[in-house]
Amino acid sequence: MNKVVKNANEAIEGIRDNATIMFGGFGLCGIPENCLKALAETKIKGLTCISNNAGIDDFGLGVLLRKHQMKKMIASYVGENKEFERQLLSGELEVELIPQGTLAERIRAGGAGIPAFFVPAGYGTEVQGDKEVREFNGKMHLLEKGLTADFAIVKAKTGDTHGNLIYNKTAYNFNGVIATAGRITIAEVEELVPFGTLDPNHIHTPGIFVQRIFQGTNYEKRIEFATTRDK
Amino acid sequence: MALDKHGIAKRIARELKDGFYVNLGIGIPTLTANYIPEGMEVILQSENGLLGIGPFPTKDEIDPDLINAGKQTITAIPGAAFFDSSNSFGMIRGGHIDLTVLGAFEVSQEGDIASWKIPGKLVKGMGGAMDLVASARNIIVATTHTDKDGKSKLIKKCTLPLTGVKCVKRVITDLAVVDIVPGGFKLVERAPGVSVEEIKDATEGILIIEGDIPEMKI
Repeated sequence: MNKVVKNANEAIEGIRDNATIMFGGFGLCGIPENCLKALAETKIKGLTCISNNAGIDDFGLGVLLRKHQMKKMIASYVGENKEFERQLLSGELEVELIPQGTLAERIRAGGAGIPAFFVPAGYGTEVQGDKEVREFNGKMHLLEKGLTADFAIVKAKTGDTHGNLIYNKTAYNFNGVIATAGRITIAEVEELVPFGTLDPNHIHTPGIFVQRIFQGTNYEKRIEFATTRDK
Repeated sequence: MALDKHGIAKRIARELKDGFYVNLGIGIPTLTANYIPEGMEVILQSENGLLGIGPFPTKDEIDPDLINAGKQTITAIPGAAFFDSSNSFGMIRGGHIDLTVLGAFEVSQEGDIASWKIPGKLVKGMGGAMDLVASARNIIVATTHTDKDGKSKLIKKCTLPLTGVKCVKRVITDLAVVDIVPGGFKLVERAPGVSVEEIKDATEGILIIEGDIPEMKI
């Protein structure tokens, strides 16, 4: 079994125009920086990107946006990106905003082979649209569908050569579910270790979900809002 | 005198009980963490995947892999737990969170809330707000009673796109504490020095006033 690829360029091989890609991360925390950069250096366009956020103007998914490589964005919150708001209001970019928990569960369901399920979030709001509505236990729910993608790209702290992954702190976030929902899942890790060296008790994402893995380089890990106390 | 945002946060803190798991929204609700009564144990949840939010880090402690839902750097308390986003919203949707406090643009007297979108102006997205209001057992809205232009935020019917319907139980503002009851907003407490008349003037929805209205203790 050989899942190890050399670098991000090799990892994103096979991604074509109009592909659907999921990206792990919350804000700029835990985003697959190397693959995002590699994608931004290609001429691939028409992408449908699924990610909780859309990066900021000059980092993360914001770079794909600025280079007009994105056709559609599926996210829950895009507030920190002015170019996003501009492309959305001008109609250049198609956008689907989904409640965060529903987005996470749709991805989890997609990865777990569940085609659809009911949740209460969004009932009576514009999220409802023409979705099927059903009452359970006296409460109204919307039918939501599982979500998968051609490629899922995640970032973990540590991974082994068979794709077992361990995330760090709140950089776990959407990476955990997104890893399960790609037809091809790519993992970039800060530290790549030999198969058999990680404690099986500590694995967050079992390697079965991961098809390609590589050790990333030069992580910037930008911080959106550095807030501190004095002592 | 109307309360400032810290005053509102102090009053919210009085809703906390020992052993509560609490999700505090961005803005005024977050300030509540500074006023948790001494000796009371309250665990704060951050929907990006943390139970046990600690204080902001010192400069040396900053960790880009450790942020809250507002994307601010934070710390985790000893005994904290990290998890992924679907597990996090499982806690929320499953009703495991004891109290959710969030801000709003508008609250209707039926308990509807609008907090995420101003058509044509603000398209940031709902984040986790719709999930929280649809499932939390106890939802308190923390807000100023009126907006910058003096327009009431406590109204008969929301005019902005909704975040959730019939979900808000209580509203804590700079002027008052009101509960959503059949028929309108029931005035529960007044901010120190604020008259019932002032609250009535600032409330566009129906305000139900029964008996003497006590002042908030903060």
